Amino acid sequence: MKKNIEIRWHGRGGQGAKTAALLLADVAFNTGMHVQGFPEYGPERMGAPITAYNRIGESEIRVHSNIYHPDYVVVVDETLLHSVDVTNGLKEDGAIVINTPRPKEEILPLLNGYKGSVYTIDAHKVSMETLGKYFPNSPMLAAIVKVADIMDKDVFLSQMQASYEHKFAKKPEVIDGNMRALKMAFEEVK
Amino acid sequence: MAIRERMSGNEAVAHAIKQINPDVMAAFPITPSTEIPQMVSTFIANGDIDTEFIPVESEHSSMSATMGACAAGARAITATSSCGLAYMWEVLYVAASDRLPIVMAVVNRALTGPININCDHSDSMGARDAGWIQIYAENNQEAYDNYIQAFRIAEHPDVKLPFMACQDGFITSHAVENISLIETEKVKEFVGSYEPENFLLNADMPMAVGPYANSPFYMETKMNQRIAMKNAKKVILEVAEEFEKISGRKYGLFEEYRMDDAEYVIVIMGSAAGTTKEAVDELREQGIKAGMIKVRVFRPFPGAELAAALENAKGIAIMDRAESFSGCGGPLGSELKAALYDAKNESTTVNYFYGLAGRDYTVETACGIYQDLIDYVSGKQEAEQFKYIGLRK
Repeated sequence: MKKNIEIRWHGRGGQGAKTAALLLADVAFNTGMHVQGFPEYGPERMGAPITAYNRIGESEIRVHSNIYHPDYVVVVDETLLHSVDVTNGLKEDGAIVINTPRPKEEILPLLNGYKGSVYTIDAHKVSMETLGKYFPNSPMLAAIVKVADIMDKDVFLSQMQASYEHKFAKKPEVIDGNMRALKMAFEEVK
Repeated sequence: MAIRERMSGNEAVAHAIKQINPDVMAAFPITPSTEIPQMVSTFIANGDIDTEFIPVESEHSSMSATMGACAAGARAITATSSCGLAYMWEVLYVAASDRLPIVMAVVNRALTGPININCDHSDSMGARDAGWIQIYAENNQEAYDNYIQAFRIAEHPDVKLPFMACQDGFITSHAVENISLIETEKVKEFVGSYEPENFLLNADMPMAVGPYANSPFYMETKMNQRIAMKNAKKVILEVAEEFEKISGRKYGLFEEYRMDDAEYVIVIMGSAAGTTKEAVDELREQGIKAGMIKVRVFRPFPGAELAAALENAKGIAIMDRAESFSGCGGPLGSELKAALYDAKNESTTVNYFYGLAGRDYTVETACGIYQDLIDYVSGKQEAEQFKYIGLRK
């Protein structure tokens, strides 16, 4: 991982982008880093575009503003590519990770000429195969951890196991599926 | 040993409440402070603490119930934001004149008009003349630390004033960040138990609270509040010194950042201070003598102390996150300018309005303000007295 990174999440209300940002802050914290995880708040509704942010670094994080020049962008819902300028300010030595079943060639024209690295993952497929329902946030979380090289895969998976056990204490039946989603996403993101 | 944790500003305050276990909390939910009473209710339901929670139907009632409990002799708290605080207005003044050391967590949010849920300081700044101590936090750590210190300050026999522990809505209240917590036993020992000298439920010494005061008495009440507020300044510093012993973290009336030889200074409050520090570091690397002062204590206002700290500044940007429509400056601007006038400080001062209703304040915003100051001082640009920053073009 680079020394200090900034990540911007684009999703739609109800897809769990905020939860994913908070989970990422959690796992990074657990491996000794300084973290920030926060959503941009407004009159949110199911399906409306939302933004969430992460700062992860080795030293105290003092800045309290939104992120305008992220190192990484995660797009949880590809329909946003038509309405939100997701690559706005994205650093060219960074990367964007998009949830889509489509080949990269079809996605590139929608990125306003972004010259950095582009990764895709079919989080719908991963989610349906592992959870039987569409929750794109776990696969997208694994995808960004891999792309940004935030931590080692095994460390990430063991931290997430603990995190899910805490988060889903009353719904333990969903833990295995989410863990499978993370593992599969690690392989599927390209 | 400090406890390494990560939590949001609201969680931090709720955690402090759990550690302190106050006698009574009366609250009504309002964004973005809702999580605080919500979490405290959970602690109570789980049997972690035995605080009596009073669910009420409005903020006028939450402040009234908190006041009643405090007058009866209980350590009583509440939390609110924005219109909730506005709805308490009438009772805020009563709590202060009755000298009730209530501690209220204020999660700053814009007052409605137009309706908005995001951060600015218009709510607590509107209540600045109510007779409450006001301390503002930069991040979740300070929200936690200030909250723990609040009880010692408010309940001090030389003070006995209600206390607003403020933090920026969403920006710190809902952002998860690293934090260093203090062990519960140490917090309990530091805060101590509340032993009021006079209280309503003391059958041995019957008393009246809040009776009518006609003209021959009202002014003396105000004078006594004024003396208490003046005493608070000393007590805030004493409590901070003791707090440093258990936490290792230093607090004052305000924080000076790279002020030793600073020529261009931003004076600011709350979460934007951290962002400004980042800008100061960037400019210092370019050889620009930038500095920052973060006003932590707004009531009592440390006017003379701030003026002394700004003695050698050439250009000063005073940052208000609340409009007061005085035409002569925002809350911080007017008071600091008055203090600078008394100190015969003739440096160039500009009162900026920023961040209203969550308008973002970035490192670039801060760098732009320092550039303004440089241009004003050098005469390249004529200094404006007031300036809105970050407006849409």
